[in-house]
Amino acid sequence: MTECPVCALEIEFAEDTIEGELIECDDCGTELEVISVDPDAVEEAPETDEDWGQ
Amino acid sequence: MKVGFLHSLIRVEEKLLLAEFRRQSADVQMLDDRNLIFDLEHYPRLDVVLERCINHSRAVYSLKFLEDAGIRCINSSSVAAICGDKIDTSIALDRVGVAQPRICVAYSHESALEAIEQIGYPAILKPIVGSWGRLLSKVNDREAAEAILEHKERLGSYQHSIFYIQEYIDKKGRDIRSFVVGDNCIAAIYRESAHWITNTARGAVASNCPVTDEIASISLAAARAVGGGILAVDLFESDRGLLVNEVNYTMEFRNSIEPTGVNIPEKIVQYVISGSG
Repeated sequence: MTECPVCALEIEFAEDTIEGELIECDDCGTELEVISVDPDAVEEAPETDEDWGQ
Repeated sequence: MKVGFLHSLIRVEEKLLLAEFRRQSADVQMLDDRNLIFDLEHYPRLDVVLERCINHSRAVYSLKFLEDAGIRCINSSSVAAICGDKIDTSIALDRVGVAQPRICVAYSHESALEAIEQIGYPAILKPIVGSWGRLLSKVNDREAAEAILEHKERLGSYQHSIFYIQEYIDKKGRDIRSFVVGDNCIAAIYRESAHWITNTARGAVASNCPVTDEIASISLAAARAVGGGILAVDLFESDRGLLVNEVNYTMEFRNSIEPTGVNIPEKIVQYVISGSG
C-alpha cells in the first residue's frame, strides 16, 4: 500500500504490478510510475518528451 | 533463447507482451533505457532484443549498440531511424513507389510559405520527429500559415525549422491503422473521430477494419520499404486509393485487440521467438 503523491489517495497495487509500470490515480487521475513494489512506492510519471510515442 | 526487452515506462502494451513472453516460457531480461550504460566493450548476452522504448532517440542509439554486439534487434536501428523521421519515411516509401500524400520540405519561413501555397490550402504542417498527433497544424489560409511558421521558427527547437508540409486528405472522419508482423498483415482498425486528427491517443474510437487485399498489399509494401519487422501502418482512404501516412515502429495496440479479435501481443512474441525477424 502506498499513496498518491498528488492527492494522497491510498493506492493498492494489483498482484502483477511491476516496477516501471504506468498507473493512474483513481481519484485525481494523475499518471503515476511504480518505482518500487517492495516496498510499494509511486511517483508522478515523467512529462511527455518531444520525441515520444506512436 | 534469451530475450532482451528494451523499454522505458511500462505501458499496457509492454505488460501484455511480458505476460505473453511468460506464457511462452521465454527467458526475458529487462533493459530499462533509463538505467542502461553502453560502452563498446561490454554487452548483455542476448539472442534477440524486442524494442519497446517510448523515446525515439534512446531507441535508435540503444539498438545501434546492441546490433554492434551482434544481437538481432526487432525492430532494427535502421527501421527505427527511418520510421522515426517523417522525411526519411517519405523518401523510403517513394523509393519503391508506395502511394502517399504529396509532401514538401523547406527550411526557411519564406520557402515554407511558398511550399504550402504549392501544396494548396488546407495543408498539414508536421514536426519531422514525434507523434501521438502532437504539434500537427492544419493550415487553412495564408494568414494562418504566416502565424504558424513564425511561431515554429521562434519558439521551437532547430528541428521545428525543418518544415514538413503534407497535402491535406479529406479522410471523411477516419483513417486506417494496419498491423504488420513479418510478412503478414495481421489486423487493421478504423480510427474514427470528428476531429481531423484521428489518433486513438487523442480520443479517436477504434473499430475493426477487415484486411482487404488492397490494405494488406500496401501495408506490406510500406513495411518492406522501411526495412520490415513489426510495424503499424497508418493509411488514408482517398480518391487515388489508399495512401500511406506514417509507419510506426513501436506500435501501440491496446485499443485494437478487442475490436479486431486478434491477439496482437501473441503474434509479436511468436515472431520474436521464432527467429523470423
